[in-house]
Amino acid sequence: MDLQAIAFYVLSAVTIGSALMVVTARNPVHSVLFLITTFFTCAGLFVMLGAEFLAMLLVVVYVGAVAVLFLFVVMMLDVDFGSLRSGFARYLPIGGVAAAVLLGEMILVASAVGDRGAAVTTHYGASPYSNTEQIGRVLYTDYIYFFEAAGMVLLVAMIGAIVLTLRHKPGIKRQVIADQTARSASNGMRIITDVKIGQGIDA
Amino acid sequence: MNFWATPVGWSLMTVGGVMAVTVGVLVSLAFLLLADRKIWAGVQMRKGPNVVGPFGLMQSFADFLKFVLKEPIIPAGADKIVFIIAPLITYILAFGSWAVIPFAPGWVVSNINVGILYLLGVSSLGVYGVIMGGWASNSKYPFLGALRSAAQMVSYEVSIGLIILTVILLAGSMNLSTIVEHQAGGFWNWNMLGGGGWKNWPLIVVMFPMMVIFFISALAETNRPPFDLSEAESELVAGFQVEYSSTPYLLFMIGEYANIVLMCAMLSVLFMGGWTSPIPLPFLHLPFWLSEVVSFFWMAVKMGFWFFMFAMVKAIVPRYRYDQLMRLGWKVFLPTSLVCVVAVSAWRVFVVGS
Amino acid sequence: MTFSGALSVALPELILSVGILALLVVGAFVGDKGTRPVALGAGLVLVTSAAAACFGPQGAAFNNGFVEDQAAVFAKVVIYLVSAVGLIIAEPWLKRVNGSRFEYPILVLLAALGMGMMVSAGNLISLYIGVELQSLALYVLAAFRRDDPRASEAGLKYFILGALSSGILLYGASLIYGFAGSTRFTDIAAAVQSGAGTGLIFGLVFLICGIAFKVSAAPFHMWTPDVYEGAPTAVVAFLTAGPKLAGMVLFARALANGFPGAVEQWRQVLIAIALISMLWGAFAGLAQTNLKRLWAYSSIANVGYALVGLASGTQEGVQAMLVFMTLYIIDVTGFFACLVALSRDGRPMETFEDMAGLFKERPGVAAAMTIFSLSALGMPPFSGFWGKVYVFKAAAAANLQWLAAIGLLSSVVAAFYYLRLIKTMWFDPTRGTTDASPLDARGVAFVAAAFSFPVVMPALALIDPLSKAAASAFGLN
Repeated sequence: MDLQAIAFYVLSAVTIGSALMVVTARNPVHSVLFLITTFFTCAGLFVMLGAEFLAMLLVVVYVGAVAVLFLFVVMMLDVDFGSLRSGFARYLPIGGVAAAVLLGEMILVASAVGDRGAAVTTHYGASPYSNTEQIGRVLYTDYIYFFEAAGMVLLVAMIGAIVLTLRHKPGIKRQVIADQTARSASNGMRIITDVKIGQGIDA
Repeated sequence: MNFWATPVGWSLMTVGGVMAVTVGVLVSLAFLLLADRKIWAGVQMRKGPNVVGPFGLMQSFADFLKFVLKEPIIPAGADKIVFIIAPLITYILAFGSWAVIPFAPGWVVSNINVGILYLLGVSSLGVYGVIMGGWASNSKYPFLGALRSAAQMVSYEVSIGLIILTVILLAGSMNLSTIVEHQAGGFWNWNMLGGGGWKNWPLIVVMFPMMVIFFISALAETNRPPFDLSEAESELVAGFQVEYSSTPYLLFMIGEYANIVLMCAMLSVLFMGGWTSPIPLPFLHLPFWLSEVVSFFWMAVKMGFWFFMFAMVKAIVPRYRYDQLMRLGWKVFLPTSLVCVVAVSAWRVFVVGS
Repeated sequence: MTFSGALSVALPELILSVGILALLVVGAFVGDKGTRPVALGAGLVLVTSAAAACFGPQGAAFNNGFVEDQAAVFAKVVIYLVSAVGLIIAEPWLKRVNGSRFEYPILVLLAALGMGMMVSAGNLISLYIGVELQSLALYVLAAFRRDDPRASEAGLKYFILGALSSGILLYGASLIYGFAGSTRFTDIAAAVQSGAGTGLIFGLVFLICGIAFKVSAAPFHMWTPDVYEGAPTAVVAFLTAGPKLAGMVLFARALANGFPGAVEQWRQVLIAIALISMLWGAFAGLAQTNLKRLWAYSSIANVGYALVGLASGTQEGVQAMLVFMTLYIIDVTGFFACLVALSRDGRPMETFEDMAGLFKERPGVAAAMTIFSLSALGMPPFSGFWGKVYVFKAAAAANLQWLAAIGLLSSVVAAFYYLRLIKTMWFDPTRGTTDASPLDARGVAFVAAAFSFPVVMPALALIDPLSKAAASAFGLN
């Protein structure tokens, strides 16, 4: 057994184990942490496939940004685990059937792909480029339309988030750094003499 | 068959490389920590640590012993497992990222071709040590500190990513050794000056600010002053580390400093030519081993320079308020670096040619 | 194809995208004061895009990811123009409720862009991205009045169920990709031709379910009544028009271009969906008191009729679907324009009770609503009748007489609630004066009403050959 195989089995076992823990962990924060472990080991599997660029993107985007926000939300919202789990036994049969169907189909697809190879048409079989360059070459030529369109989808998401949450409250004092630095003794200070005792001053 | 090509030999060699880097970084950290305190003290006209060993040189080792020998206290309401794992994550990730840093030609544990992305990925994972530590402490101050620090690190990650893009565009590679070699041949080839000799010098208006922004973002990313809001002692006592003591605390501390020195290494590699000499010295005809040592020397000098900058900033600049920090990250650095990415790409396409 | 050639094929979408970005910058700098200019600009962009679709070059571009053919052009012109009409209704309405924000026209443009991408999808990826672009914009529009709890609820429901349907759609798409080995419709068609495996059909069923969700066909309609009721009326006027046509054309495109070799299989699924939609829309509508909910069920039933056309699996059927949807869109836009125009004491009038005696109060609007109801009912000579004629003729020609008969039956059932509305408006005692109705919404309603009866006859002479040419682009026999 060579190192590759050992690494594969370790990574796969951790992936599956932590994916199970995501669903079964009692504490939602632990679930998210296991989810992160799952992502991370998946990235490891990507590396083993020779897709190191995708692996790093998975880590940077999902683990480094998306999952952090997940964790934020789960930590801040005090999720009531008891009520969430109350229907677990009741929905288990339906969920189990759905999961079994999905699993069956996935196995079918995997075997179909295994029979035939990953894609019908491989434009870029053996090439001198690293897979980062290959992705770049395909992404910005054949797939440029999808790439740009996906950009528009993200734009909608951004506009939507702003529309639904941004509120301009009137009467808020904002820091204007230019004003602060432009302030000098002549316009920011007043010398008061002759203060009568017990009278105070009118500001 | 060559022994080093067999799985056993390969594993041995890798473990050896990892050990060398880890021990080397740890030992230099001990002295850098002291240097940090000395510089800080110097700015404030104090003497700094000067009792343990000659000039206080052994101070860090004494601190180390003190931490290790104390009793680790875990709060009763804490989530014990996460509480213990958090500092481990910080520590392991901090050292994991050293795997791709080239110290001299060929002196790198793992010369992967997406080295920069690996660094970015590992440093974005660093958030988890902080969040988990803050949450597992089951206490208000640590949690607030963790939230602050996580938001801060995620925000500045964005501008760091964009700045790194400009360097990738200039070098045409994500392999750190290739990026260093791209800047070889003298300081005029360094990325901070446009990264391509005299004809790229107009890019200095882009790349030099990029370096400065990277430096400032690195301060924020490592929670160093003036952006140490996660442990702002006047507000949050010590932020996410409040409940930590003994070795777990030490691990956080070492992890933090390892990250700082890593940022120094990244600054050197990305903008200041890494191990390459500022003035080319081909006429010396050094033997191979000596030229390697000289390369390592240059790398160390550059990292030392950046560490000095980190220490001076800590001594000189007052702490930012949280909204100012966020404003700086999202409203100043992000647009600036975005524009710079566009500018550098335009330069690559229209001036340099593909 | 060269890059500039590809761009020229996608000219309408290019104009839209550039317009969106430019207007967004304008809006960001001017703020909500600039809502009216941004809306005007958006309308201009939509009309320009429609013109560009009409007169621009056609072909397949971007590695077959984007197909601009006769069908896409037909759908785009209708969608862009009806979106512009939606803006005419919505912008003054926003101003009246003090909710004027420049993002509204931009979100409408983005939704229109998504619809344009849907009708030109030549690839599972562009299909999904188009659907998602359109839906995301619509979720936000539904919740646009964020301080209104009902609108927020509608937006949230729409979002959650829409996300579920996107998941189903994606699952189907990934199954298809797994078995066919490509996301391009042409390659999938080849894979189907060379022996449609059960796996591919499985994926196809999931895909159909996902799209059925988006066009609110039963049994995937459960979001529709709640969203229609909760979302602002002006938004409903928009989301019940263009998106439905886009979804139907996407149906036709995915099935006809991707699975021409499995017509028998997808016909069965569509027949089932059409049947349930028609019956459910007719019977569940009977119990409604809220007009927006009522028209939600009406739209479910009408999508069912359109699916009858598609279920024929013939070119004639697709043509029937296009004609039916076009006429229905005009009808429903007019009806919701009437609802926007009506309010009493500053509150929108949405229930049967509110409509009592409307004829004495606002004879014009009441007459328009009567025309729309009769048209939706399928009364000759109104436009809805002609749409149904096309659909049932196509169904009969494809040996689906029984389905056409059930369609007629459900029309008769649905007639009950349309007639009830007319009776309430004309014969019940009035409930007090209504507010002055704004000219814009009334104008749209009157134009649509005029189309629904006299104009439809000459218009059909124009629509018939165009839709025929459009339907022929799908290559069904």
